[in-house]
Amino acid sequence: MVNTFTVGILGLQGDFKEHQNMIERLGAKSIVVKHISQLDSIDGLIIPGGESTAIAKLTEDAAVDIFEAMHNKILAGMPVYGTCMGSIFLAKDIEGSCQGRLALMDITVKRNAFGPQKFSREQEIVIPILGPEPFPAVFIRAPIITSCKSSVVILARINEGIIMARQNNMLITSFHPEITDDMRVHQYFLSMLESNKLTNFSEFVYLNRS
Amino acid sequence: MVAQIKNAKDAKTGTELVKKALPQMLKGGVIMDVVNAEQAKVAEAAGAVAVMALERVPADIRADGGVARMSDPELIVQIIDSVSIPVMAKVRIGHFVEAQILQALGVDCIDESEVLTPADDEYHVDKTKFEIPFVCGCRNLGEALRRIGEGAAMIRTKGEAGTGDVVEAVRHARAVLGELRKLTVMPQEELMTYAKNIGAPFELVLQVAKTGKLPVVNFAAGGIATPADAALMMQIGVEGVFVGSGIFKSGDPQKRAEAIVKATTFYNDPEMLANLSRNLGEPMVGRSASSLDAREQLAVRGW
Repeated sequence: MVNTFTVGILGLQGDFKEHQNMIERLGAKSIVVKHISQLDSIDGLIIPGGESTAIAKLTEDAAVDIFEAMHNKILAGMPVYGTCMGSIFLAKDIEGSCQGRLALMDITVKRNAFGPQKFSREQEIVIPILGPEPFPAVFIRAPIITSCKSSVVILARINEGIIMARQNNMLITSFHPEITDDMRVHQYFLSMLESNKLTNFSEFVYLNRS
Repeated sequence: MVAQIKNAKDAKTGTELVKKALPQMLKGGVIMDVVNAEQAKVAEAAGAVAVMALERVPADIRADGGVARMSDPELIVQIIDSVSIPVMAKVRIGHFVEAQILQALGVDCIDESEVLTPADDEYHVDKTKFEIPFVCGCRNLGEALRRIGEGAAMIRTKGEAGTGDVVEAVRHARAVLGELRKLTVMPQEELMTYAKNIGAPFELVLQVAKTGKLPVVNFAAGGIATPADAALMMQIGVEGVFVGSGIFKSGDPQKRAEAIVKATTFYNDPEMLANLSRNLGEPMVGRSASSLDAREQLAVRGW
């Protein structure tokens, strides 16, 4: 089933190639998305790691027309996965900042929650939804989710705060699975595409019957 | 090698993976030279992915002459406090104590740079000893792999800083990328001799012969002054650009900074490039790299 999906990776800035490698290793197709026309051919979207202020700047730019369509597609149920910058870009609230973003997920994030690069780190964390084997989480000047509404399911947490969460079709991690060899988070995201497709399909069957 | 971690308490900082990851997040972006907090804010607002804090941009270092050293820590701290994006700063080649100071200040990445006056004409810094990543300059694949062998987590082709002339940046990027392509089709028995000839660690030569790319992120630097220059380097195949004197030595720094960022993002879109290149004001004056005499060339510093 997986190999019938095409995952778009937002390719404006950041480590989108690493995500692309992950998706292709898992047997799905991937395309780097930069233009609005590409959104129609994807089943899900990954917003990669990068600098959130750089992408925020592009949201103010009238010549870059992709964001509104992206916002609407996610709102309509397209699965999306944001890593690090991606989680900031999806958040409704950012502590101390009103920078441009999609503002779709009921979370409040704190940018650079660990401090400068010398406090960036890797850490093995047990994430129940991925199985008993700890996950090698890499935090690079990473954000933390400091609070969220009940609409959000918390999937992993460390002392500093929430580091993985899901709200319906939206998944975020403040760490970077794409730069490790562990493919379980991406696999989990592909399973979200799978159930999204099933849901749509059953709706279609239902409509046909009635 | 990255140590294995047994439980959540064993968070590891400063590992090779963590150091190499920071530049990975900067890919597709522009790193701008800034000399004070105001310029740093302009750079951040324009969409820079990081700033390089220094006392004088390379064009002024050229004009002023004398010894160029690490910047005043006070200035660097002011810049760190003024922005949320990563802050880089330069040390002289081989000056590991300047590097220790920058790490203690909380800089995110250190540039061991030929733009400053070298402190050691034989040895570069042992970069594996540091918790934060280093970026180093190179003119060819051998130099890139030597720096990576010493622990550099990011490479930038040198170009000729402070000239506004992109020709050396092109030469160095083409050299590195061309040699990488050549290696991928080279028969196994030729690799040892090739490693010897370019003065590179054999293990790294073996590795890049297989992958066809450097094991760290590779940006271009030195002479990039216009959006078209940035897009040219991206189309040649680097992963991002450093812009030094090109922005704040131009007529309208903010506008030019924004245009260079956008050109780096949409480097393959000529219509977008045509629109964003309009009315940017005066570019930096510039100086043809071929008019520099041997003592004025910065790229030949380091080996």
